[in-house]
Amino acid sequence: MFDIQTQLFEGQDIRFGPIDHEKDPGVESKWTHDSEFMRLMETSPARPMPAAMIKKQYEKLEKQVEEDKNLYHFMIRAKVDDRLIGKAVIQWIEWTNGNGFIRIGIGASEDRRKGYGTQALRMLLRFAFAELNLFRVSAAAPEYNEGAIALLQKFGFVQEVCRRKALERDGRRWDLYIFGLLNDEWRNQA
Amino acid sequence: MRDIFTGRLVRLSAIDPEEMSKAFARWNRDSEFTRLLNMSVTRLNSSKAIQKWLEKEVEEPSPTDFFFTIRSLDEDKLIGGLGLDGIDWAAREAFIGIFIGEREYWGKGCGTDAMRIILRYAFTELNVWRVSLGVFDYNPRAIRSYEKVGFRHEGRMRQYLNHEGKRWDILFMGIQRDEWLQL
Amino acid sequence: MKDLFHGELVRFTFEEPETKAKAEVRWQRDTEFHRLADGDAAQLTSEKKIKEWFDKQAEDGFKPERYSFSVRTLAENQYIGSLGLWVDWIHSEAWVGIAIGEREFWSKGYGTDMMKLCLQYVFTELCIERLSLGLHEYNPRALRSYEKCGFRLEGRTRKDIMREGKHYDSLWMGILRDEWLQIQNGD
Repeated sequence: MFDIQTQLFEGQDIRFGPIDHEKDPGVESKWTHDSEFMRLMETSPARPMPAAMIKKQYEKLEKQVEEDKNLYHFMIRAKVDDRLIGKAVIQWIEWTNGNGFIRIGIGASEDRRKGYGTQALRMLLRFAFAELNLFRVSAAAPEYNEGAIALLQKFGFVQEVCRRKALERDGRRWDLYIFGLLNDEWRNQA
Repeated sequence: MRDIFTGRLVRLSAIDPEEMSKAFARWNRDSEFTRLLNMSVTRLNSSKAIQKWLEKEVEEPSPTDFFFTIRSLDEDKLIGGLGLDGIDWAAREAFIGIFIGEREYWGKGCGTDAMRIILRYAFTELNVWRVSLGVFDYNPRAIRSYEKVGFRHEGRMRQYLNHEGKRWDILFMGIQRDEWLQL
Repeated sequence: MKDLFHGELVRFTFEEPETKAKAEVRWQRDTEFHRLADGDAAQLTSEKKIKEWFDKQAEDGFKPERYSFSVRTLAENQYIGSLGLWVDWIHSEAWVGIAIGEREFWSKGYGTDMMKLCLQYVFTELCIERLSLGLHEYNPRALRSYEKCGFRLEGRTRKDIMREGKHYDSLWMGILRDEWLQIQNGD
């Protein structure tokens, strides 16, 4: 059972950390050059980015976190060598409604299918429900992202909306699913 | 080709920031109106603040946002507004929002008429493939109107909104181009 | 799904401002390169100014109607050129321009490979209906390459560019998504 003493940002093999403005842009730039990763992570057209642009984005991001107060952005780092392996985000937070949208991405293909996504999602949900005290958390995934869909369902997310053929890629149209998980539902699992 | 912006009860026209901001500030005082429209906290904005925001929007036509005012055909009165907001061009999808601010024009078919005009615009002028919207489950008048126009139900985000001590769902609806052509 | 950024000879990247500026300043010295790639008069710009331009691009972020890539060879990982797209979303059409700054990679199929990768990107990721381009009539190598990719010659504007005292035509080509799909299925 979780209590005040249990760490929020330390997992088994991974931890949540802040942005390293010197080292991280180069790593994330490499991820953007992998079209498979970009198509799983984003619905907008995949396009490679230079580290210089990502560095600027990080600055804007931290400014937004501080000013808008509706975004939490964590870097996922491997505990063994502190290298950057992904990101975990809660965004579009509406405090009066108690809602937020989550996104998780593991950047390098050799880091996937190792359970890091599961650990990250577990930590992110605990942060959302037990620290931010949100009422519900939403997530979206295109129908071809079977990994994300399986992970969300493992944590009890309910598929609520099917935006039919909302996305076009690789010569065909795909459905976009929206998932939701309520605080009560999460609490009853833990 | 006929005038694409005129319907049976209403017509769409360009936003005049000064006129719209005064009207919007007035409509905003009706909290039933704002709760039907907004997800976030109801607040009161001065017409000056709204005008500044509108002027900025109108000054530089954006390739992803298309906003219009709705005027009644009978008296050419400004009664509301609508817009296609944040068009995702690669997916060829547009989200749409509409509001009728003048209470006496509620429940008369003006919203439905305006929605028909903008759908035609979206599908035949902007050439999008899909138009989507979100509507609150405590707004059955709007839901009926969208169903009449051809939107199909696609699910609901459960207990998304928090008002008056209760929680409410957001319904998602969508219409695809080939579905619209068959109407 | 297919890998969007790797072809058979080249891959798409996006190089850092400093890398791009150093390369551009070197390539601009080759006026034959410039005259094949571009219509405006050959110029010499300082590396500092070019880097400023790329730094600003990094600061501003990508514009939704502009897509550009740097190009590296797969074998040697050498940065050889670039490719740019201008998209008109409402009409579902884009214009493309490609350039290979490193001379030793001319006439070896690199341009054709770049364009094939671009076609796959444009039709399966941007999902538009048509890709267009223009070229000078004194660039027959480009014309052959584009024809090999499936572009059709659609017209020419007569004598609209003047170089070395002579007038040359501009050629206009296009390829439709359906045509490209047919070529893919034929393979």
